[in-house]
Amino acid sequence: MAQHQVNYASAGGLPVALTTADHLINWGRSNSLWPLTYGLACCAIEMMASGASRFDFDRMGVIFRASPRQADVMILAGTLTKKHAEFTRRLYDQMAEPKWVISMGSCANTGGMFNTYSIVQGVDRIVPVDIYLPGCAPRPETLQYAMMMLQKKIRRESANMNKNKKQRFL
Amino acid sequence: MRRYVPKDNVQKKAKYTDRYWVAPRVPRESIEEGSFFEEVVTNLQNRGIEILDSYIEIGQLVVKINPEQNLEAVKSMRDDSCFKMCSELSAVDYLAKDGEFEIFYQLLNLDEAKRARVVTRIKKEQGIESICPVFKMANFAEREMYDMFGIYVNNHPYLKRILMPDDWVGHPLLKTYPLQGDEAASWYEVDKIFGKEYRDIIGPELRDPARIDRYDTQRFARVGKEVPFGADPELVDKTETPIEDGYSKTFLTDYTTGSKELENRR
Amino acid sequence: MRQQPNKLQPFFENLNFERKDNTMVINFGPQHPSAHGQLRLVLELQGEQVVKAYPDIGYLHRGVEKMAENMIYNEFLPTTDRLDYIASTSNNYAFALAVERLLGIEDKVPRRAKVIRTMLLELNRIISHLFFLATHALDVGAMSIFLYAFREREFAMDLMEDYCGARLTHAAVRIGGVPLDLPDGWIASLSNFLNKLPEQIKLYEDLLTENRIWKMRLEDVGVLEPEDALSWGCTGPMLRGSGIAYDIRKEEPYELYDELDFDIPVADTKDSYGRYRLYMEEMKESIKILRQLISMYPKTEQKLMAHAPQYISAPKEEIMTQNYALMQHFVLVTQGMRPPKGTVYAPTESPKGELGFYIVSEGEPYAYRLKCRAPSFFHTGLLQDLLVGTYIADVVTIIGSTNIVFGEVDR
Repeated sequence: MAQHQVNYASAGGLPVALTTADHLINWGRSNSLWPLTYGLACCAIEMMASGASRFDFDRMGVIFRASPRQADVMILAGTLTKKHAEFTRRLYDQMAEPKWVISMGSCANTGGMFNTYSIVQGVDRIVPVDIYLPGCAPRPETLQYAMMMLQKKIRRESANMNKNKKQRFL
Repeated sequence: MRRYVPKDNVQKKAKYTDRYWVAPRVPRESIEEGSFFEEVVTNLQNRGIEILDSYIEIGQLVVKINPEQNLEAVKSMRDDSCFKMCSELSAVDYLAKDGEFEIFYQLLNLDEAKRARVVTRIKKEQGIESICPVFKMANFAEREMYDMFGIYVNNHPYLKRILMPDDWVGHPLLKTYPLQGDEAASWYEVDKIFGKEYRDIIGPELRDPARIDRYDTQRFARVGKEVPFGADPELVDKTETPIEDGYSKTFLTDYTTGSKELENRR
Repeated sequence: MRQQPNKLQPFFENLNFERKDNTMVINFGPQHPSAHGQLRLVLELQGEQVVKAYPDIGYLHRGVEKMAENMIYNEFLPTTDRLDYIASTSNNYAFALAVERLLGIEDKVPRRAKVIRTMLLELNRIISHLFFLATHALDVGAMSIFLYAFREREFAMDLMEDYCGARLTHAAVRIGGVPLDLPDGWIASLSNFLNKLPEQIKLYEDLLTENRIWKMRLEDVGVLEPEDALSWGCTGPMLRGSGIAYDIRKEEPYELYDELDFDIPVADTKDSYGRYRLYMEEMKESIKILRQLISMYPKTEQKLMAHAPQYISAPKEEIMTQNYALMQHFVLVTQGMRPPKGTVYAPTESPKGELGFYIVSEGEPYAYRLKCRAPSFFHTGLLQDLLVGTYIADVVTIIGSTNIVFGEVDR
């Protein structure tokens, strides 16, 4: 709210802030992103560590939710196999708008070190991704930085999700 | 004509081999008289199991038997010689060399803290008897063997694919299966989720770790040209025709003309 | 924004209410909030009791064994990190031990390297057991233990990071020794950590061990008879929780374990409570071992890799100055070392159980077959038998108590 400087001299001295609907809605959405607990492999441990004592995620308003219906962000942490790809897409479809996806770690970004037969080479073949986070496994601070970048991205986009340009076909 | 590459083993092979180099062997010791392993072999023979070969390798007994007697042999190991735990059970693909699979059972005797291995060889279409009545761990281990190699296990309670999806085509750990998967494997997830129509839209898998996208204006610097970040590639590149192989014509051209050092050297 | 039309149909086959035998089928799907990874359990319930349980795995199958057939031995070492990703050095070490036994250089590993390796192994054991405690408590419901244990775990991971640069996927040992010596002040930080840890363990025990709720949730849950444990190939804390005292560190010692003085905790009650107590005791034993190793470290001379020029590169100082060392290093890195022809199975005691690598070598720089014997694979199969007759709330406790990691299960 620091961006919205309240000038008490105007507006008749009332604690009134003037803003646009976009600004307000995006402020609400970005500061309380609730991720879906979607830890698949090693990156899941770093995700848990980022939610644990030292690198607290709760200070950003981030609370991990287990059900896709209640989640905003899907943090795909870990290797996505072809057997599992179907369920990822199902979960993504079950999430309600507005929703975003962070792809965490090299395995989720591009298949990573596992250039093998059973790994989806990049989660963006299945779901549209907003933030790609490199690392193997990325440090918890990196994940928090990615979350902050996602917050910045949300704040500059339109609050009407239909206007946002997503990946073409998904 | 392209060079013929034998397809019976498509795994990576050593590029340079020394013509006269012979690989040494890990030393195999014979079984001493009166040792614990001697008793084990005797117990096996008492049950009527024909032992093709037996030796000690790196402190562990190795016994080679016929595939028809594997259940008897494992029973003997558990009941007579007290090898109460089967640590591992799997197969090795020697189809390219001998046309056979080599199946091994790695057993552990907890009282003596000694390990033994029972090894059999089966042909390609041959099945093997399940040892689930003896060791329950075979339930999962034999399913994995079936999934990875296609070795059919008789009398198994639930022989279904375990690590790969149920409708997967092919047995991954065979030497004929490439590491990056065959055609069916590469489109599996697209077909499953979106359907065959989306194969063109999503595009093939990008498995080249050193791939540079010629027209990418956001990630890597464009090879041969500098453009502003995020510029629309179509607008910038009106004159050049897209190159399918990913190499840029400008990259392959002569950078040495106009280079100061080369001028000085000349 | 319209949902993308795709071929996925609503998936109701897994949830039948009216079946012939009136059991309800529930899918404990591949994504669930308990932290164990991607386990899909299809449970048939009669009321609240489980009648049949069928674990479905393979959602993290990465083809690690096939990768080993296409990579040279040294190149494969970081891939082993990702198997049991909670205690990475134990997988690295198991692989390195198998290759060393194959090459026959197991005795040539210098003493300092052995000390460092054993220290890293025990530190990884502490890290893994803290993780077990955290996630098990989180599943059962004691969420604050999760935060406390992760705090201790952060200190231990700081130590690992000081040593090898990575928190989670270490690749801290090499075939033939260790690549790096301990940095200055590492031993001091380790002693500091070991002084603080017993108080914290006491804190966890005071919170949980005599806690009525914890006891009610964990006693008589997941009872594993010794014959079943042996038949299913359970090892490690699962086996010792059923009363069978078999620890590979004592029975088939490797590294310095035959010189160290430690006990093996064994539990008589075959349930989850016994296993929980076992894990706490093992942590204390690890602390004891680490203290002994700290005193052993200064007495060793500074040599970190085994001297086997045919298989292992020379130390960096020699590579940078001597010509033949450089040539040999180049060949070993580009072509790979060629071990002798043979087969080896090297079992080690990882925090989860018996982790072993079965390597078949044909003299090529690439392994002909590598099979990783993962303890969690068989513990997951064991769930088929263990979950029958329990209530659905106990299912989560039992899964947590078996301490399965899906990197290992699916490889």
